[in-house]
Amino acid sequence: MLKKRNVLSMREFSREEIDSVLDLASSLEPYARGKKSDMLSGKILALLFFEPSTRTRMSFETAMKRLGGSTINLGAAEASSIAKGESLADTVRVIGGYADALVIRHPKEGSARLASEFSPVPVLNAGDGAGHHPTQTLLDLYTIKKESSLEDLEIALVGDLKYGRTVHSLAYALSLYGADITLVSPPSLRMPEQIKADLSSKGTRVRETCELNEVINNVDVLYMTRIQRERFPDPVEYSKVARSYRLTPESLANARENLIIMHPLPRVDEISPAVDATSHARYFEQSFYGVPIRMALLKMLIGGDN
Amino acid sequence: MAEVELRVKPIKSGTVIDHIAGGQALNVLKILGISGTTDATVSVVMNVESKKLGKKDIVKVEDRELKEEEVNKIALIAPAATINIIRDYSVVEKRTVDLPDEIVGVVRCQNPSCISNTSEPIKSRMLVKAKNPVLLRCIYCEQPLTERIADYLI
Repeated sequence: MLKKRNVLSMREFSREEIDSVLDLASSLEPYARGKKSDMLSGKILALLFFEPSTRTRMSFETAMKRLGGSTINLGAAEASSIAKGESLADTVRVIGGYADALVIRHPKEGSARLASEFSPVPVLNAGDGAGHHPTQTLLDLYTIKKESSLEDLEIALVGDLKYGRTVHSLAYALSLYGADITLVSPPSLRMPEQIKADLSSKGTRVRETCELNEVINNVDVLYMTRIQRERFPDPVEYSKVARSYRLTPESLANARENLIIMHPLPRVDEISPAVDATSHARYFEQSFYGVPIRMALLKMLIGGDN
Repeated sequence: MAEVELRVKPIKSGTVIDHIAGGQALNVLKILGISGTTDATVSVVMNVESKKLGKKDIVKVEDRELKEEEVNKIALIAPAATINIIRDYSVVEKRTVDLPDEIVGVVRCQNPSCISNTSEPIKSRMLVKAKNPVLLRCIYCEQPLTERIADYLI
């Protein structure tokens, strides 16, 4: 069982703790699909989103409501006390008095940890700037476990590996499972040295390449991420890179039969819509799995003895 | 050593911090919280020759015996420093500095997007992950800090 009070960073999770979250999520999946539950009846989850979010916010709301609880919402930051200059520390102290747990997304790195220092109730980090997004990583691991396998996994992380926060936490978590990781990115968007050194020090095999086509046929999972146009000063350079990192049914012709393709979404051009109909596509399932994972975390943190 | 004696006379009581890396004495004072408006009698010698370090600095703070936890923080920028507690012109205690596991309110995070660099009511907190060379990690954003630590003193 999870002994934590908060969910702030993947670094704080042992492999055993991750496994216990994934196991509980699996047992809660029927409820995520609509089976009635009152496990969190009477509990209130406060959503503090200081930055836009669609799936993370809505899947937290869905998870809470499907388990019989309810949610309160900060609403747009411009319309709240934040606009009057209230500190985050004061905001979480106040809202922590209204709810049983807080979910926070904030543009500043480390903001969730700060919130946890001042909040009287558990805090779940739903993304702090370029920092952490642990619930995304947990749902990624859950997807791999359900749709592929976490044992002896060969995975390629593709796209923006420099700024993409999801791939940093995912790579870290995969290192706990001894995965074989190939990093595929344009030279200017390579994974930071510090993170690679951290992975190698855990005994993880990490390879790097710029060529997506070299790896497609040799992995169990392709984890695609969005390459943002604004990272490239030269639009010609961007379109060249974007084209070379685009998956199509043709590019998957010789892939392993059980290859799965994941993407944290929203996608832009990285995956052609024609790939959706192939047996490899799993990104919409992945998105759905955010609900059972967040259910599991909420139940562990505020579910009491139920 | 004789030349050093000529520059600053021995103190009767207080603390002498010796073997500070050359040029770091003012930063050491900053870490110790001894700044421009102090009442303490402080002598600073900078960039004198040292067999051990090439160039070294020395700081003498009179009538104040610095406690271990106060002084240990200077290991951030002066890992070879030695602390001498003086009573009645003799050294009654001599020790080296050893970084604590966590440093609060001394070094700011180098990440401009870190919540600790805003007006929130918190102090910077750095975990000491390695001591030689020094590797710090911000407890908030987890950004590491290894080089030019003196540039980030608060």
